[in-house]
Amino acid sequence: MERILEIQHLRKSFGNNEVLKDINFSVDKGEVVSIIGSSGSGKSTLLRCINLLEKPTGGKIVYKGRNILDNGIDIYAYRTKLGMVFQQFNLFNNHNVLSNCTVGQIKVLKRSKEEAEEIAMKYLRVVGMDQYINANPKQLSGGQKQRVAIARALAMEPDVMLFDEPTSALDPEMVGEVLKVIKELAEMGQTMLVVTHEMEFAKEVSDRVIFMDKGVIAEEGAPEQIFNNPIQERTREFLKRTLKAV
Amino acid sequence: MDFQLVKTIFLENWPMFLRGAGMTIVISVISTLLGAVIGLLIGVVRTIPTPESNRKRAVLKVVNAIFSAYIEYFRGTPMIVQAMVIYYGSALLFDIHMNRFAAAILIVSINTGAYMAEIVRGGIISIDKGQFEAAHAIGMNHTQSMVNVILPQVIRNILPATANEFVINIKDTSVLNVIGVTELFFQTKSITGNNFKFFESYFIASIIYLLMTFTITRILRHFEKRLDGPQNYDLVGNQMQV
Repeated sequence: MERILEIQHLRKSFGNNEVLKDINFSVDKGEVVSIIGSSGSGKSTLLRCINLLEKPTGGKIVYKGRNILDNGIDIYAYRTKLGMVFQQFNLFNNHNVLSNCTVGQIKVLKRSKEEAEEIAMKYLRVVGMDQYINANPKQLSGGQKQRVAIARALAMEPDVMLFDEPTSALDPEMVGEVLKVIKELAEMGQTMLVVTHEMEFAKEVSDRVIFMDKGVIAEEGAPEQIFNNPIQERTREFLKRTLKAV
Repeated sequence: MDFQLVKTIFLENWPMFLRGAGMTIVISVISTLLGAVIGLLIGVVRTIPTPESNRKRAVLKVVNAIFSAYIEYFRGTPMIVQAMVIYYGSALLFDIHMNRFAAAILIVSINTGAYMAEIVRGGIISIDKGQFEAAHAIGMNHTQSMVNVILPQVIRNILPATANEFVINIKDTSVLNVIGVTELFFQTKSITGNNFKFFESYFIASIIYLLMTFTITRILRHFEKRLDGPQNYDLVGNQMQV
């Protein structure tokens, strides 16, 4: 199994506040890894550190054998290998749906317009938004925006997709359509790292689940283990709280 | 008020009024555009994120200090005084005898640039941080993010403020009469020097100013609407995919 990402002793502080303390885990090709945990446990920060939207304070992020925190690494090229999907969608407001999915390909990957549009259409079809290519972001619903955002990330043909609570800003009735798309991607063999509060979803799609608490990985294992037989007391506590709420 | 007299003054002097109005419009259009370009460049430089290397950081700091001084000076002093300082100062200190028209363009442009720099900076920092992050996440560097994602949105957002600057410039070019630029106010002053009908002549000038500012605001509003694009969209191609 090809190892794509390996996080070693990753630390991140905001001032005196240490948000991530010695994080270690890895992602292999084709794996779907979910990260769960309560708010403020550092899940989103971890994801944002991985694609360097936040600068880690210490540790290593090894991508295909190279530590991308070393000097002289082209972080822009590295970021094209990671597809990021944000909680707030963040579609480019000055581009329509099609152009949102092509601008990165054309400007960063230097693909031709024709090729970029062909690839964009392929992924817009995957997320079921191919009919809306002429629409502007402000004309779409939350679920539609998020599906376009997923297509935009996929169109860069990244090695890993990073999802940062992709359904947390959605109305309940739109959560399903987005989760369905992510599930399909998992079935297609896309490598994914998903930060989520949707426990049922995490249980269903993940190969591995990471439970984070107060900046550390408290427990890591197969979904059956984490959800049915958690070893750690705090994992049990967390699941009891969240599952009761549902 | 004697409307007959107003009419007579206009009919007798319309070529001068028209030439003055033409000069006012030309100076305002060119200077607002140049000022917007100056403002855009400065606003972009002032929002460059702090660089990693010490040398670059020092250079950027110096450049930003110069820009700050420029903005404070030209926002903090009246344009009529700036006109005097620049026009006579350039002759006295550097022995440059500027053509009055060129001096007018220079003065109004750098004055507008100072205001526009702050308008642009405000426009850039008001764009949602998520837009930058999404651009970075897709692999764009700062320049690519600015050009492809941020600035197009900024330019749309600052259009109303730019139109405002334009209107102010049409009116404020009147101060350039102190350095002898033959804009509308200067021409009106010349006309009253002959006929001594101050009220009637300046009343005509005021109407011409109003016509110019009103027309400009309408045109720019139309332009804004066009930039916003269509309000509706069409679904594409169900039939093609069968």
